[in-house]
Amino acid sequence: MSAAGQPLLDVRGLETRFYTFAGVVNAVDGVSFTVGRGEILGLVGESGGGKSVIGFSILGLIDSPGKVDGGEILFDGDDLAGKSESELQRIRGREIAMVFQDPMTSLNPLQTIGQQMDEMLRLHSDLDGRARRARCIEMLNDVGISEAERRLKNYPHQFSGGMRQRVVIAIAMIAGPRLIIADEPTTALDVTIQSQILKLMRRQVRERDASMILITHDLAVVSQMADQIVVLYCGRVVEQGPKEALIRKPAHPYTQGLLGSIPKLHGRQARLTQIPGAVPDVRNLPKGCNFRERCPFAQARCAEEEPQQRALGAGRSVACHFPLEEGTEA
Amino acid sequence: MQGFLKSEFFFNYRRSASAIIGSALMLLFAVYVAFGPWLVAQNPHDIASLELLDSFKPPAWLPGGDPRYPLGTDGQGRDMLASIVYGARISVMIGVVAMLCSCFIGTALGLLAGFYRGAVDSFIMRVADIQLSFPSILIALFLMSAVGTGIDKVLIALTAVGWVVYARTVRGSTLSEIEKEYVQAARVAGLPDRKIILKHVLPNVLTPLIVIATIQVGTFVLIEASLSFLGVGVPITQPSLGLLVKNGFDVLFSGLWWTSAFPGLAIMILVFGINLFGDFLRDELNPRLK
Amino acid sequence: MIGYLLKRLIQMTIVLWIVSVIVFLMMSFTGDPVFMVVPIDATDAEIAQARRILGLDQSLFVQYAKFLASLVEGDFGRSYVFRQPALDLILERMPATVEMVAVAMVLAVAVSIPLGVYAGAHPESRISRIIMAGSLLGISLPGFWVGMMLIYLLAVQWGLFPSSGRGDTVAFLGMRLSLLTADGWQHIILPAFTLSLATMAIILRITRAGMMEVGRQDYMKFARAKGAAPRDVLYRHGLKNALIPVVTIFGLQLGDLIAFATITETIFSWPGMGKLLIDSIYRADRPVIVVYLMLVALIFVVINFLVDLLYTLIDPRITLK
Repeated sequence: MSAAGQPLLDVRGLETRFYTFAGVVNAVDGVSFTVGRGEILGLVGESGGGKSVIGFSILGLIDSPGKVDGGEILFDGDDLAGKSESELQRIRGREIAMVFQDPMTSLNPLQTIGQQMDEMLRLHSDLDGRARRARCIEMLNDVGISEAERRLKNYPHQFSGGMRQRVVIAIAMIAGPRLIIADEPTTALDVTIQSQILKLMRRQVRERDASMILITHDLAVVSQMADQIVVLYCGRVVEQGPKEALIRKPAHPYTQGLLGSIPKLHGRQARLTQIPGAVPDVRNLPKGCNFRERCPFAQARCAEEEPQQRALGAGRSVACHFPLEEGTEA
Repeated sequence: MQGFLKSEFFFNYRRSASAIIGSALMLLFAVYVAFGPWLVAQNPHDIASLELLDSFKPPAWLPGGDPRYPLGTDGQGRDMLASIVYGARISVMIGVVAMLCSCFIGTALGLLAGFYRGAVDSFIMRVADIQLSFPSILIALFLMSAVGTGIDKVLIALTAVGWVVYARTVRGSTLSEIEKEYVQAARVAGLPDRKIILKHVLPNVLTPLIVIATIQVGTFVLIEASLSFLGVGVPITQPSLGLLVKNGFDVLFSGLWWTSAFPGLAIMILVFGINLFGDFLRDELNPRLK
Repeated sequence: MIGYLLKRLIQMTIVLWIVSVIVFLMMSFTGDPVFMVVPIDATDAEIAQARRILGLDQSLFVQYAKFLASLVEGDFGRSYVFRQPALDLILERMPATVEMVAVAMVLAVAVSIPLGVYAGAHPESRISRIIMAGSLLGISLPGFWVGMMLIYLLAVQWGLFPSSGRGDTVAFLGMRLSLLTADGWQHIILPAFTLSLATMAIILRITRAGMMEVGRQDYMKFARAKGAAPRDVLYRHGLKNALIPVVTIFGLQLGDLIAFATITETIFSWPGMGKLLIDSIYRADRPVIVVYLMLVALIFVVINFLVDLLYTLIDPRITLK
């Protein structure tokens, strides 16, 4: 079944909508991408771009008034979108684990971290109490928490933010998932802690030969971590491709804009540019290209016709009428 | 008005059965309070209009009932419906006026405490803390037992227990409000404190008070009813709904249930209406819950 | 820990002292108690003498000093009406009130917490809406009226329960308790139920709100992302967090029950200290009122203290400071 060439996760035409008072919000609007085995995929976009919703959609954790309305989520060839709640419970944590944005709030304040790690093993392993405990200690050591044995008895508030995120990572990794979805895992942390946590995550993923979806607004983070990049705008994929090519030669003006707002540490940069304007109201998207009102290259056609994905070769594709990089197969 | 009819508030209002029922009940009582004397045939406070022969008539649908007295009569031949309408006026008036007094005093103290901090703040808040650790009904009961009956005294007692909740809420919002840039700017610009407080801080701390004030009217009606029931509330010449229940209690064991059942039912409906609407307001005006 | 206890003890003493000042001042403005002790036809000389005996001829300050000194000694004076030490009168009636309040509280908690958890966990369900409407009705009911209607229907009309009074008591550890006899239970059910209604409704609403608030927390979603069943997430991760606000109001609710017991006792002719307070207010029996207020104030500060201790047991984030 799991053919070697088949990607671990294949999302096809995913649509997630929220039915609110003010109208229907197409938070995720026909998004497709694949995550290969052992690969790290960066999912990039501004806040409000529907990135987190993709993560929750994969795990079937979209709550009312939201709903996954269409598309397929093929995990190892199996469509998750059609699975029942109890089937999904056996996948969550065991096959696909998640790391949340804010470690201050993702841990239960009234349970020791030992209890919270143990829960994962109780749900997804047959180990006895003693073995589970040993596994927890081992895992805490793995994520760089010293005196693990003593720390198991501590409550979340007794840890710093960075340490808590290490605990969250330990919880996510402990049942040996094949895919980790990390939703802005370092956004809530101090800059100095951020790179430590990112390195830890990358090492953990690589060592276990797992795959990861890294959801972030920060292209700098993605360029450190990812193999493949998917850029989202207003719930749609505007560009995707391998990291080096996409960062070196962005094809979509939006990607270029995002890159322009990262200060470069090496090399020269004339000026730190910013994308003008703000993300449009997703309930009232303009006709044509969603990005045109903020796009320096917009032309008449952009207001009329919605750009479709087209391949640029070398595994890249872009949804723009006037891409900055014409591919070889264009 | 057009804007209001299209607002989310109004949209949710129309879809909330409890909001509609609650506001309808409140409106019903508002009409009775405003036009009561013209809606019932008898003035129960006017002894000349009473027929002693008609005393203790049961409700109209029971044997011995009289269609002139739909809810029966009491020992003086007073029409219970008329008594309830007049009693509701007193109950509602006390509830609303005491709420306004509490709101005014509490808001003023809360603004002072939040704006000036320091000793004023700690003094007001210590008093509030101590007071809050005692049940309102007990404080009101104690005050009334000391000062004696009377509508004015009930108002004082209710205000004395009611200001705290406003003071705390307003102080909290004032503290966060004065940190904001526009207040800082106004201070730097040298505007006098009074102007800053009234023009900039006050309007921004009022919204949460709407919910508190609505629900407090219901609470006050209940406290007043309890005090009057115990005989330390309104004087017998101005019977509120609570005092009507008490008068009925004295003859309950003789089987004359209607003299206490209907006034109590009126209190329940009134307070229930206020609480239904207040609940809706809380959900709407408290963005944290959305 | 010792430091914390000491600090709390000082705070509690200060609160009680403030209460004593307020009680004293209010009492001094309340009529002239001298007329409670002298006969109607007393001469001026007799009145003046009574005044001297009661210490009412001295300055307020001196009177307060004496008042405070006797409070500290535990001497609250004699009831004008019963001619007995006021403290003994109250203490004799306290077990009856404590019984009723305890039964009411147990009843309230036993009903409200399960219903509140359900309503908070399934906010959209029809049953939840009925529960919530019922709880709103519960806080809108005038308790004294409910008691009267229950008496009329269940006691007078149908004869299911006795209409008033306390049942047979037996001595237990020096107190007269009615909870140890069947007759006692028959008598306590109606008043305790009446008393518990408002508290039941309030605890239910707080539990529900806590449950709904918890439902929005990240750790609940994280627990679901771990693969836990929604039910387990709700009860293992949610419930304890949701009950924290319930603990906060527990003390206040207990206070409310004691306060409202005065009314319930009056309706059901329950021989507790609440009814004694109301009777004493009618008779301007000042020493009894003072004892009641000081005793209840003491009970409240102790309850608040115990609730704070309880808090630290539930929430590891809170330490005694």
